[in-house]
Amino acid sequence: MDFNLTEDRRMLQDSLTRYLGDKYPVDHRNKVAYALPCHDPAKWEELAELGALFALAPEDAGGFGGTGFDIMVVFEALGRALNPEPMLGAAMASRLLTKVGADQEGLLSGAVKYAVAVGEVEAPYELDQIACTATAKGDGHVLSGRKSSVYGGQAADVILVAAMLDGKPALFQVQASDAQIAGYPMMDGGGAAEVLLDDTPATLLLADAAEALTDALNAGALALCAEAVGAMEVTHATTLDYLRTRKQFGVPIGKFQVLQHRAVDMLTEIEQSRSITIKAAAELDGPDASRFVSMAKNLIGRAARLVAEEAIQMHGGIAMTWEYPISHYAKRLVMLDAQLGDTDYHLSRVMAGLRAA
Amino acid sequence: MDLSFSPEEIAFRDEVRTYLAENLPKRISDAVRNGTEQTKEMAEEWHAILNRKGWLATTWGVEFGGPGWTPVQKHIFEEECCRAYAPRIVPFGLNMLGPVLQAFGTKEQQDTILPRILDGTDWWCQGYSEPGAGSDLASLKTRAVRDGDHYVINGQKTWTTLGQHANKIFCLCRTDPEAKQQEGISFILVDLDTPGIEMRPIKLIEGGHEVNEVFFTDVRVPVSNLVGEENKGWTIAKFLLTHERTGIAGVGFSMQSLEEVKALARKVRRGGRPLIEDPLFAARIARAEIDLEAMKITNLRMLFKAQQQGAPGPETSILKIKGTVIHQELKDLARRALGPVAAPFPGSMTDGNIMFGPEGTSNNAARYFNNRKTSIFGGSNEIQRNILTKTMLEL
Ligand SMILES: Cc1cc2nc3c(=O)[nH]c(=O)nc-3n(C[C@H](O)[C@H](O)[C@H](O)COP(=O)(O)OP(=O)(O)OC[C@H]3O[C@@H](n4cnc5c(N)ncnc54)[C@H](O)[C@@H]3O)c2cc1C
Repeated sequence: MDFNLTEDRRMLQDSLTRYLGDKYPVDHRNKVAYALPCHDPAKWEELAELGALFALAPEDAGGFGGTGFDIMVVFEALGRALNPEPMLGAAMASRLLTKVGADQEGLLSGAVKYAVAVGEVEAPYELDQIACTATAKGDGHVLSGRKSSVYGGQAADVILVAAMLDGKPALFQVQASDAQIAGYPMMDGGGAAEVLLDDTPATLLLADAAEALTDALNAGALALCAEAVGAMEVTHATTLDYLRTRKQFGVPIGKFQVLQHRAVDMLTEIEQSRSITIKAAAELDGPDASRFVSMAKNLIGRAARLVAEEAIQMHGGIAMTWEYPISHYAKRLVMLDAQLGDTDYHLSRVMAGLRAA
Repeated sequence: MDLSFSPEEIAFRDEVRTYLAENLPKRISDAVRNGTEQTKEMAEEWHAILNRKGWLATTWGVEFGGPGWTPVQKHIFEEECCRAYAPRIVPFGLNMLGPVLQAFGTKEQQDTILPRILDGTDWWCQGYSEPGAGSDLASLKTRAVRDGDHYVINGQKTWTTLGQHANKIFCLCRTDPEAKQQEGISFILVDLDTPGIEMRPIKLIEGGHEVNEVFFTDVRVPVSNLVGEENKGWTIAKFLLTHERTGIAGVGFSMQSLEEVKALARKVRRGGRPLIEDPLFAARIARAEIDLEAMKITNLRMLFKAQQQGAPGPETSILKIKGTVIHQELKDLARRALGPVAAPFPGSMTDGNIMFGPEGTSNNAARYFNNRKTSIFGGSNEIQRNILTKTMLEL
């Protein structure tokens, strides 16, 4: 047994954490995060140079990672800095491109930005409810429908789209310039887009793509879990600092036992969150990936809300302000629950597993 | 035991209901329903409408223009206002300063200031909190030094709600730095036009502007603006705390939110069916409804007691704690029901042809975050627990 990161992963995590801390501080982050395209091209390039993207793909696909642990390491670092760059789309797209054996040099070098469009307004999470359709046309296909909450879609060059072909979800590649893309910054910073397809030309990558899409969604959910763990740890550490320094009634508020115990409860939930994320990362390429990823996303949906709400409450008014970073961490922690399956959705996946067993 | 309102109370409820149906402009109730930021003009318009009817200053004595309602009537009125999506009454002049002046002010202060609150000439804001004095309000540092017929004020107030609309502020200032903390504080009225005052906006977590910081540099205020006795301001502050308590449970607002959540869960489709058919989500709503049903009765029991005893007791802290938690939970459900559709930053989708959630829900995430404030202000829920520990548990 060994819960240490490998030397390579530790170095990657350290260098990403250091880079983001130095070059992407929260005030810069807020500027980027709340204005389209919610993306800083120069910083994106530097992140790619540090290996943040190459870590997402295995060696035979041109990267140097590609396992659950690699995703975990990268996204935890991003989460600590509340980074708004469109990395989630890259992580999910890389899984898909690896599965279909497509070239992903552009993705890994950062030169081409990808987003993955699965969810729709009435079926944000469910693969079997996709309404977007594909039709053969000439020697290619055209797609019609609306893809909703496409993370990173506002900045993407290429969008990988799930659409129904012959009654099955299939995977297509669409040039962003061929689709109507309505981007927006999100409540918690970072961008997404509604992607409107209307006989939009598309290249078929995989006809029967349910399994590949499930894998990409699992990888994305794992990435979000790791991001949450990073953000929760910073939130907790900042809260502890505040408890030590903020004085009321002549003492640091951290002397009040009721706040001490709640800070301990936060810690407990964060440790649990880290553990379940490690488990999900370990299982990402195994037969029970969906089950463990769902456990992680469910637990983290609960823990992240607790940590966010308690951090605000224990700070008092200051954490209700835009200027104080914890407000942004809290927003991210709460809002990421609704990305790629919320806590109820993932609970029902775990429940379905109980019935099947 | 009889849980129903008396025939007179029911008649009163019907009267209020009819009045609201006929007099609350739809334009205004729509804005409240959709959670758009309420403008100054809207608040003033609504205040004026209620004032014409004599229903604006519900906490005032009849001799000052109050309607002379019982606590139960006040409760009915508040509940009906929520039901009709009336805007909240801006409380600082009407429900805070008004009662203070009636209890502690001079005849002249009452005669000059109260009518201007009623007719909307003045908009007051509350200058209590300071950067260093939140829960521990008595540690406040803003100084008022006597200089002939004036006080000279220096210091900083913060979290001043809707100060950007106000022309007046009532402040707690330290007038005797030597005395024990609570005994050196005075309650002073300040005209915001006085030279030396600067107000700066504070942007809140969800991006809105509803609070401010106020800086005082050598601000000269006539001594006649002192309310009550010098160095007795803490008594007034404590008096106000009991007055802030009507409607503290926010039951009407929670009922409003519960209806919104139910309607939303019927409209939103998730995985091929209405969200309300998802047992996990339905369970969340049901739990909140159970808590609220109990809270309605807890609230009435305490009202009943207050009506019998003449004043609310310390147990009203229970209403603040549980009432805010229930309301916050409902705001969480309103955001949660939308799933990822709650994510766009309000106003960021400029293409009006692209619809997201059902109408009036685009601020649901913002409202959830904004409402985290309710367990912090007005005495945080931790402070309320301390009060209960001391007064009721005697531990
Ligand atoms: C949106 C908003 C609007 C406001 N509007 C106004 C206004 O119009 N006018 C005005 O004067 N003020 C206003 N306030 C200020 C509000 O009253 C204070 O925020 C509140 O008193 C808490 O103070 P604080 O924020 O400094 O937190 P702190 O007092 O620093 O508290 C930090 C944390 O410590 C806890 N804590 C403190 N003491 C104890 C203790 N003894 N035991 C256990 N826990 C403790 C608190 O509960 C909290 O969790 C507003 C605040 C907000 C957020």
